[in-house]
Amino acid sequence: MKTENQKAWFFVLPVLLLVAFNALIPMMTVVNYSVQETFGDNVFFWQGLDWFEQILRSERFHASLGRQFMFTFLILIIEVPLGIAIALSMPRSGFWVPVCLVLMALPMLIPWNVVGAMWNIFALPDIGLLGYFLNHVLGIHYDMTQDPIAAWVTIITMDVWHWTSLVVLLSYAGLVSIPDAYYQAAKIDGASNWSVFRFIQLPKMKTVLTIAILLRFMDSFNIYTEPFVLTGGGPGNSTTLLSIDLVKIALGQFDLGPAAAMSLIYFAITLLVSWLFYTLMTKDDLN
Amino acid sequence: MAKITLSNLRHSYLPNPSSDDDYALKEIDLDWNDGGAYALLGPSGCGKSTLLNIISGLLVPSEGQILFDGANVTDLPPDQRNIAQVFQFPVIYDTMSVYDNLAFPLRNRGRDESVVNERVMAIAEMLELTEMLDQKAAGLSPDNKQKISMGRGLVREDVNVVMFDEPLTVIDPHLKWKLRSKLKELHQRVKATMIYVTHDQTEALTFADQVVVMQEGEVVQIGTPVELFDRPAHTFVGHFIGSPGMNVLTCEVTDGTAMFEGHAVTLEGPITGNAHAASTGRTEIGIRPEFVSIGKTGLPATVTKVSDVGRHVVVECHIGEHRINAITEGAAPAKGDAVHLEFAPDQTRLYIDGWVATEPTPALQATEKEG
Repeated sequence: MKTENQKAWFFVLPVLLLVAFNALIPMMTVVNYSVQETFGDNVFFWQGLDWFEQILRSERFHASLGRQFMFTFLILIIEVPLGIAIALSMPRSGFWVPVCLVLMALPMLIPWNVVGAMWNIFALPDIGLLGYFLNHVLGIHYDMTQDPIAAWVTIITMDVWHWTSLVVLLSYAGLVSIPDAYYQAAKIDGASNWSVFRFIQLPKMKTVLTIAILLRFMDSFNIYTEPFVLTGGGPGNSTTLLSIDLVKIALGQFDLGPAAAMSLIYFAITLLVSWLFYTLMTKDDLN
Repeated sequence: MAKITLSNLRHSYLPNPSSDDDYALKEIDLDWNDGGAYALLGPSGCGKSTLLNIISGLLVPSEGQILFDGANVTDLPPDQRNIAQVFQFPVIYDTMSVYDNLAFPLRNRGRDESVVNERVMAIAEMLELTEMLDQKAAGLSPDNKQKISMGRGLVREDVNVVMFDEPLTVIDPHLKWKLRSKLKELHQRVKATMIYVTHDQTEALTFADQVVVMQEGEVVQIGTPVELFDRPAHTFVGHFIGSPGMNVLTCEVTDGTAMFEGHAVTLEGPITGNAHAASTGRTEIGIRPEFVSIGKTGLPATVTKVSDVGRHVVVECHIGEHRINAITEGAAPAKGDAVHLEFAPDQTRLYIDGWVATEPTPALQATEKEG
């Protein structure tokens, strides 16, 4: 006797409602804005795909997107190897393990706008510890409010300081799960340190590293608060990343249509690149 | 290949061991002959893995020396000792193919690719891995992974010893038997010294020519499976090997006679050692259930449990507080029956403080010499 009914679907209903209100409906509002023009008073004019075309052809968008990719690329290329290196050099057992773990977790516990404010003050050339030290002790000209390079160095350093720990903690979790027998077998097989890393540690860290890279990609690609508080997108537009530009258009200029179109393009790019990352990194997994 | 000598070996995991209890290994002197198949048998925590790791060089002993063909290797790292070890859980390099896994130890030692190929093919053939050589090692079943672990040990032609640390732990029961006979066959083909660590008496007794039984960091007996069964040197060996294990019965010794529950028990031979030890030490009679017969005469006992285990029947009896197992092939008495138990004299031994303390009967001595 096989009884079949579809009543179980009702259990999904609460989640569906939740998702509808926190994701689907806001998202559809954005879609709605992206194809219309409004001058307020709830008066809308059909615009079709004009905004999308305008954004995709806009040099301003290209520049922000370029900066965004540059930022994400730089922080990934620094944070991932650095995080793995730190995880490898952390102790596996003993008194220092919890000390290291807590120290590593600390930066991640600080609210993002506080991180931005901290680094802003830290880097100020006249009163900031870092700014003062570089300018007046080492004699290096450094002013992130004037010099785009200095501004970039500062936001990259800030992100590395804030988020390398995530890569460290995930890699460390992968490392400690490797049974001793692997290292012992490698010793007996005469493997070099590099081989141990390449054939034991790296493969065992792969799953968690995939997650770390994905998280770091998505977070850095969507980053807003920290650079906004630190540099406000300046000097000029030199650190205006995509999200900062988007907020300028949406809330600064109140161009809701182009802003909505830009959000959707932004979303599509994030999704596409995440998918690419994931597919490439898991393509040789058997199971 | 080499003869391995362990001399005055002691090891403690503590920095400053003071008493004997601090040592995981207490005073080990052992010779492993070239080409032998040995088993290291003992319960968990008896120090057998410690001993194995000392031989392989993963652990440096607190005291004593390890000699390979007379040369001291105590301080040499594992890769310079030319040994191979197979671990409890299969260790394979996930990202490599089966072929590359097998070739890894040779490539690390800078062997010519033609030599590597020849050796890998030969070993794969032996282990029946030839068809899988191109596959990724990560996707294989545990028994095949364990075969790769073994293969990586055997692929080097000059290994001094191959050590197995409970290698069948994660293997399905029906494959254990297959892999075990494979191992035996491999030993005959490659002629390398093999040491097999296990807590499973069946595995030890089927694999090894010589079994080393360990308990609490000490070697209690070394012998062929037959010797261990026939004449356990220690009550622990009697207990640990055999199913059910040897009956160990507390007794008193007066004037060279063992008295058990008021009855004089005939032993295999005269009591060795001094009379003092016999009067102050813990004295026990040891007799295997196989040699306890249920008859009309002998010690009066009550049957408390009868278990039919297939080939024979295990009859559990009680004489006072003492439990005695007997094995019988014929008709078994029923629970509650009053019976008489007879001990075969040539298989009845006295143990003082755990160690055998009777002279073997001449007949047994003769067979021991033959073996």
